[in-house]
Amino acid sequence: MADYEIPKLTGEGYTEVPAVKEDTMKGSGPFIAKADFQKAMGFPTDFDAVGDLVPNWKERALEKMADLKSRYRSLQVYLDICVKCGACTDKCHYFIGTSDAKNMPVARQDLLRKVYRRYFTFAGKYFPKLVGATDLTEEVIKDWYNYYHQCSQCRRCSVFCPYGIDTAEISMAAREILDHIGYGSKYNNEIIGKVFKIGNNLGLPGMALADTLEGLEEDVEMDTGIKVRYPLDEEGSEILLVTPSADFFAEPHIDGLIGYGKVFHETGVTWTFSSHASEAANFGMFIGSYENMRRVSMRIREAAIKLKVKRIVFGECGHAWRVAYSFLNTLAGPFDFLDQRYPIPQHILEYTVGELEKGSLTIDKSENDDKVLTFHDSCNVARGSRMGNYPGGQFEIPRKVIKAVCNHFVDMPADTIHDATFCCGGGGGLLTDDLMELRVKGIQPRAEALKHVTTHYGVTHMAAICAICKSQFTKVLPYYGFTMDQIVSVHQLVSNAIILQRQVSVQARPDEDEDDDD
Amino acid sequence: MALEVGGKSIPLDEEGYLENLSDWTPEIAEALANAEDVKLTGEHWEILNFLREYYEEYQIAPAVRVLTKAVGKRLGADKGNSKYLYSLFPYGPGKQACKYAGLPKPTGCV
Repeated sequence: MADYEIPKLTGEGYTEVPAVKEDTMKGSGPFIAKADFQKAMGFPTDFDAVGDLVPNWKERALEKMADLKSRYRSLQVYLDICVKCGACTDKCHYFIGTSDAKNMPVARQDLLRKVYRRYFTFAGKYFPKLVGATDLTEEVIKDWYNYYHQCSQCRRCSVFCPYGIDTAEISMAAREILDHIGYGSKYNNEIIGKVFKIGNNLGLPGMALADTLEGLEEDVEMDTGIKVRYPLDEEGSEILLVTPSADFFAEPHIDGLIGYGKVFHETGVTWTFSSHASEAANFGMFIGSYENMRRVSMRIREAAIKLKVKRIVFGECGHAWRVAYSFLNTLAGPFDFLDQRYPIPQHILEYTVGELEKGSLTIDKSENDDKVLTFHDSCNVARGSRMGNYPGGQFEIPRKVIKAVCNHFVDMPADTIHDATFCCGGGGGLLTDDLMELRVKGIQPRAEALKHVTTHYGVTHMAAICAICKSQFTKVLPYYGFTMDQIVSVHQLVSNAIILQRQVSVQARPDEDEDDDD
Repeated sequence: MALEVGGKSIPLDEEGYLENLSDWTPEIAEALANAEDVKLTGEHWEILNFLREYYEEYQIAPAVRVLTKAVGKRLGADKGNSKYLYSLFPYGPGKQACKYAGLPKPTGCV
């Protein structure tokens, strides 16, 4: 299956911190984006061939670094204040899984920091050797490209840093610099291009989307006898639902999407997807590009205005929720045209938990009695956002929903959940086949925690609320002896347990309206 | 990268997908599969043909669910599930089958 060693799980719930080794993951990094992909995003394209740097790359890289540190005060602070205490060293899942010295968060930061010191600090300019400052060389650039694509920007290390240094922000800045000298990542940049051109990461055109949704309506009707709607571009709906395009395409994602529709149906609210904003994900964040992140976000605003909705709700997507909760208002606001009585934007779990608490959903928990559940906190939800109106809501609300629809729930060990959650191993723009070894090794701490609860507490399934997590788990956990159907969407569990009471949807099919008029 | 088929050199991208989708022929599908030690059988071809038809109409590979449903309808309920598809395309029907069928690779969080 693989030409590298797959870590062995003990089932004890924790992973031994490995002895540090040099260069175990040295390499050329993920595939580099060709000029077409760079062009679509407004990045320079004056490199000769894929893998070549642009002319004057050194000056241009340093210019970009100066620009970023002046734009983001936090970046300069992070580069200045590390005291090398070592608290972060064993906190990264990629370090634990690979034992590569440069995957210790402090060492990852130092790749950029040593260049920053050389060109932007007094000591580094005059006494570089004394302060660990080094020249910017082609070799350094290659290390940047390789090791900044071995960071999933999950921010677990920053939780343990006494100064709160955010390695994710440093890795985003590094990728932004690389994008300006010809070293963009193909995976991320091809995808962002598709969002601009077609509307979503998958490249799913409106017609295919409509066909998929129609098929779902048939399936749900066959299953429940009730015409639950999955509307697209229906103007005047109350809610615009923005969800990752993987929800239309992959499994178990689509089972979660079926659940969103059932909840909306049952609560009697009108809602719609948008073919213009048929994607919640915003890979602009992964590559640290404010301009692209803003452009991706604007689609949601445009769709909300065009469809005259009153509320925006986000589906199960980790980093999309970070962008939505933490940045959307400044990126694409003000949202003064939406109904101010509701959170702007709102998470689908906030919506569902509210309805469960009101008692407007009829639930038969025994529908999930074939499962013992655990829950994987997605890093961007856990450490980059919140849910509800109280601290820690992002941990409590998903669990509340699961426990409201399932009888059996067990948490994984405490140092692997909530704000100490381990990344799935595929976040931050690394969910690509050319990084499979990294993904297999990076999942180790999560797999270990899962193994612990499957062995000792009879857990059978792990629920997740992020498209990347779900795809990474279904693909990579089988390397460790789990099966892909052990991964479920939270709203899939809701969907299983909900007993539909409303016989007729409040939202007629547009073509049925016409039929009535005839 | 390139693939030699019938004396012609067919350009592939880094991941082994066709650079130009219009280059596709059944012989190329066989060659792409052979390169990964897969021998295409009639059962494989049923899936590949469906993928190509769907792509022709919608310009995208079908969702896994759409694929399993269509396979179930055409080939019988016992085949309308992901297990059957994975038995034919162990690396994932979405990606591996798309490659042989000459479709672009599905991208994103999948």
